[in-house]
Amino acid sequence: MIERTPILNLVTQLVLFVGLVVALAPFVFVAIAATHDLRDVNLVPMPLLPGHNFIDNLATAWHRAGLGPKLVNSLIFAGGVAIGKVVVSAFTAYAIVFFRFPGRQLLFWSIFVTLMLPLEVRIVPTYAVAANVLGPYQAILDITGITSLVEALSGIRLDLQFGLLNSYPGLILPLVATATGTFLYRQFFLTLPDELVEAAKMDGAGPIRFFFDIVLPLSRNNIAALATIMFLWAWNQYLWPLLVTTEPEHATAVTALKSLIPNEGGIPEWNVAMAGTLIVMLPTLIVVIVMQRWFVRGLIASEK
Amino acid sequence: MAEISLRHVAKSYGRTPVVHAIDLEVAAGEFIVILGPSGCGKSTLLRMIAGLEAITAGEIAIGGRVVNDLEPRERGCAMVFQNYALYPHMTVADNIGYALKVAGVAKAERLARIEKVADALGLRDLLGRRPAQLSGGQRQRVAMGRAMIREPAVFLFDEPLSNLDAELRVRMRVEIRKLHDRLGATSIFVTHDQVEAMTLADRIVVLHGGRVEQIGTPYAIYHQPASHFVAGFIGSPAMNRLDGRVGPAATVVFADGTTIAVPDLDLPEGQAVTLGIRPEDLRVGSEAPEDGIRHRLAIDFVEHLGPAALVHGRFAGHDFVASVPRHIAFTVVEGLTFTMPVETMHLFDSTTGRRIGIDAARE
Ligand SMILES: Nc1ncnc2c1ncn2[C@@H]1O[C@H](COP(=O)(O)OP(=O)(O)OP(=O)(O)O)[C@@H](O)[C@H]1O
Ligand SMILES: [Mg+2]
Repeated sequence: MIERTPILNLVTQLVLFVGLVVALAPFVFVAIAATHDLRDVNLVPMPLLPGHNFIDNLATAWHRAGLGPKLVNSLIFAGGVAIGKVVVSAFTAYAIVFFRFPGRQLLFWSIFVTLMLPLEVRIVPTYAVAANVLGPYQAILDITGITSLVEALSGIRLDLQFGLLNSYPGLILPLVATATGTFLYRQFFLTLPDELVEAAKMDGAGPIRFFFDIVLPLSRNNIAALATIMFLWAWNQYLWPLLVTTEPEHATAVTALKSLIPNEGGIPEWNVAMAGTLIVMLPTLIVVIVMQRWFVRGLIASEK
Repeated sequence: MAEISLRHVAKSYGRTPVVHAIDLEVAAGEFIVILGPSGCGKSTLLRMIAGLEAITAGEIAIGGRVVNDLEPRERGCAMVFQNYALYPHMTVADNIGYALKVAGVAKAERLARIEKVADALGLRDLLGRRPAQLSGGQRQRVAMGRAMIREPAVFLFDEPLSNLDAELRVRMRVEIRKLHDRLGATSIFVTHDQVEAMTLADRIVVLHGGRVEQIGTPYAIYHQPASHFVAGFIGSPAMNRLDGRVGPAATVVFADGTTIAVPDLDLPEGQAVTLGIRPEDLRVGSEAPEDGIRHRLAIDFVEHLGPAALVHGRFAGHDFVASVPRHIAFTVVEGLTFTMPVETMHLFDSTTGRRIGIDAARE
């Protein structure tokens, strides 16, 4: 559609510009603060011209928070969550949309309900499970009396233990099992015409071939979009990594930032904290820039 | 090549019956057209043969083998869909060759066969394109190619031409028939377009409300419609159908008193019948024989089509159309004189809608 509406154009440009400023201002502030020395960063107001200590601050932040290994942790964690989400949601949505099986509606609604239970709400039970994955089964055995029965008969006390604390699976798995991705895929799969399914059937493709040859290539953009969103989301997780990783070598970059934030009564090294923040932000920025083309396409209309 | 048998094939969605116990024998190599109005169950019937839709009752056999429980891919049918259903992310070549890829045919052979099919359909220069970069007619041919490459025993077409413009439709119609004759496969073609049906079919199956109205050659369907419905559905303009009752002495009497003699009529007086005659079967104006029983049509309006004019008016209490060849003169004021040749009359039982064989004696 081509329209000539100069005034409207001007207004929309203006709105966009204001939005840009609002979105960028904190970022710019962080970037400038990261270049100052200890004295300048604590001046009120803080000088808005960049200082000369940028490299020093980056180096200090890097060493003090041990960002090297933590960034690797974060990368594995966020990458694992993104990949896990993409795979699990694609399969579940495929099953829900393309197969008629008993309990399909029930399954769909149980997945739907988990949307209302974000990690923060179910964090205590999730933690308990992560601490001992077999805990629930142990509980069942205890309640049903099987444990005591076995103990009475054989003298062995059943004690199932399989902890995931301080491990990558412990970090990743609980975040993979959520419903948002399933819904994104479901909506997309529903737009695929029935005739496409039937044509593939006539061509002799079974469900697995159909998934890999047709559904997957067609959902390329959705995969990119979901992977990006999930990567960013996981990267920014704070509470869960904090809980699950009690040993510093398993901590993620975002939780490590905490160690850079000046304590009350400590030296107010906000310049170092800001430099650390910049470093931790960088990977997400790169991901967004690299993925944005597919990302945007995946979230808006599908190809014709 | 394979023959197809449908024995009492029926389909219901939940409680709603959509196709009622259909029996049909299709000979190997035959071109069958399933014709009927929208919603009569044509696609459903075709999809049951393809195996895309489970059948509720009855039995389908292809090539002598009952296929009720076979997957679509095991039935040896290829299908061309109304919206073509091409894979949007694959090139034309990949679309055509996909069935072979699934079947595990080696790449070299696959490419050779794709090229052969592409040549036959004039798609050679388009093999590298995506469906989105093709015109409607080209997409249609790709869809045909996708069906052809498997060299199936049975071709199923579900209104494959309905998305094309009129000219292309005529051309593709010819192509499809040629293709059928060349490949010798059994073809079942679904359409609601009677011209398509008449020109393509060896035999037509007229479907109405999930029931078979008539199975026959295009000639038989046109000249001896088995029911009131077929009579009205086949032919354009539609056959004139006049509802009346059997009168005394081999006549049909209409509500307005008009009486038409139907020799050889042997039915109880008072029975409700429908008398049918095609607009083009009337003898009109100067061609109406002097010795026949002449009627007069009060003209409402005239449609000039070129070779003939369609004259609309009222006769025997019904709307009535006569087709008047262009060399015959008439005036709207005077009306149109016509006779109804007995051998072109059709008679139907008004209650059952079935044909009554007044012509049995004549044949
Ligand atoms: N999945 C379904 N559930 C319930 N009813 C259905 C379903 N599919 C089709 N029908 C009904 O079955 C009837 C026949 O449908 P079908 O698609 O075979 O018609 P058709 O003759 O192909 O019509 P058209 O010329 O419009 O394509 C229709 O009345 C339709 O409403
Ligand atoms: Mg249909």
